[in-house]
Amino acid sequence: MIRLTEVAKEYPRSGVALAHVSFQVRKGEFVFLTGPSGSGKTTILKLLYMDDRPTQGEVWINGVSSNNATRREITHLRRRVGIVFQDFRLLEDRTAEANVRFALEVTGVPKAAIRPKVARVLTQVGLASKAMNFPRELSGGEQQRVAIARALINDPFVLIADEPTGNLDERATRSVFQLLRDINASGTAVIMATHDLDLVRRSNYRTIELNHGRVVFDSAESPASARPLDEPFEFHDTPSSTETI
Amino acid sequence: MQSVSEALTASRRAPLLSALGVVTISFSLFAFGLFGLVAINIRKALDQVSERVEVRAFLSDSADIEGVAAAMKDIGEFPEVNRVDYVSKEQALERARKEMGEFADVFEAGVLPASIEVHLRADQRSPSVVKAVADRIKTYHFVDDVRYGEEWVEKLYRMRNIATVAGIALGIAFAAVAVIIIGATIRMTVLARAKEISIMRLVGATDMFIRLPFLLDGLVKGVLGGLLALLLVWIANRAVNEYFIQTIFFDREMIFVGVLGGALMGVLGSLVSVGRHLRRI
Repeated sequence: MIRLTEVAKEYPRSGVALAHVSFQVRKGEFVFLTGPSGSGKTTILKLLYMDDRPTQGEVWINGVSSNNATRREITHLRRRVGIVFQDFRLLEDRTAEANVRFALEVTGVPKAAIRPKVARVLTQVGLASKAMNFPRELSGGEQQRVAIARALINDPFVLIADEPTGNLDERATRSVFQLLRDINASGTAVIMATHDLDLVRRSNYRTIELNHGRVVFDSAESPASARPLDEPFEFHDTPSSTETI
Repeated sequence: MQSVSEALTASRRAPLLSALGVVTISFSLFAFGLFGLVAINIRKALDQVSERVEVRAFLSDSADIEGVAAAMKDIGEFPEVNRVDYVSKEQALERARKEMGEFADVFEAGVLPASIEVHLRADQRSPSVVKAVADRIKTYHFVDDVRYGEEWVEKLYRMRNIATVAGIALGIAFAAVAVIIIGATIRMTVLARAKEISIMRLVGATDMFIRLPFLLDGLVKGVLGGLLALLLVWIANRAVNEYFIQTIFFDREMIFVGVLGGALMGVLGSLVSVGRHLRRI
């Protein structure tokens, strides 16, 4: 469903962001992307929703290849991919309901079909009672729930979340994470970048660890005992043998 | 339609920015309109003056009427010629008396020769054409002398050329300034909604869908700006007419073209601004 093959990304100014990155994500899988700041987590996510293209290698997602995807194909891919950010990216001048509705309206869904869908998704994220509140009237955790509702509205096959709990306190973090687990349990794949190692440790999901733009650990490749997460922020320095596929 | 309501929502959300946009557009079009008004009035004045470009052939006393009539018919068929008039001795005297009232009694019948006046077509009044026509008329044996105010025609012609070149150059400059200002104005609306646009892209809105509200916005602002500019130019024209000199105003077609031009600039400005923005995200 998602496959990265020998992906490298270089930026003209900041240099190498990713090198020799290869991994696959299967349908319905939950994957953590971890690693220190600047290790390339966000770059990988951007490549996944084709906000950017690799300098080398190929990103293949749901039948669309980074080598030859047209703008139109990318547009249609994005309707099948939910994206969530650390900073929520909600429109401040619209209610929660309108923010969620927006994602359907701009993709040309007929009005009659929108209302029930929005109601259903807001209920799913537990915000039905706050549908008419503006983002500034909501807590951080609630705002992130609105963003997740917006990401879910098009029934995505994968939810891409870039540090979704990065701006949240512990309680909100736990509830948002639980929401992501529920979403995953209902069949949607989740790829979540985070450096909250507590979260990673407490769950048993696959973890891909990055450092300096390389995959240094992939729990799908190594036995569980070799997990590097006993100490917070102690990341592997040397690339391990993770050139898969 | 969704795009229309998006465009309306945008201007409702930022009424000040929209109003500012319309005013900016109208001012740049106002400058362009004033320039246009000056240009068409100079043109009109020059046209009026050049109406008086004519070739006058004085006839000898021995000229026979039939010969002259045949010649006039010939000359009237020159491609450059608009109209040929015959001025008899009596008419010449009458005219001279009228034009120089004080000396009315100095003139006597027979002093002034009969003549034919050749009026040229509006686009055939350049010095070379006038001279060529004069030279051809001179070849008739009963023509004593031909006059056409050589120096005056040349000066007039040069002025027309200068006015035309200056008009085109200034017109292009004013239009370019208007386009740049309108582009910048619309760029502001695009930047004000940059977050919305980026979210639209993320959730899979097509470029056309993103563009359409801005195009409508540009169109509406262009038309409103054009109409406001028209009103301002009209007021300015009225004031000039009232206190200074008689001027002509744009005719209906020019007004239509002007407002259409404003609309087009609005749409083009939007297209460029949004296009540039979309290419970067």
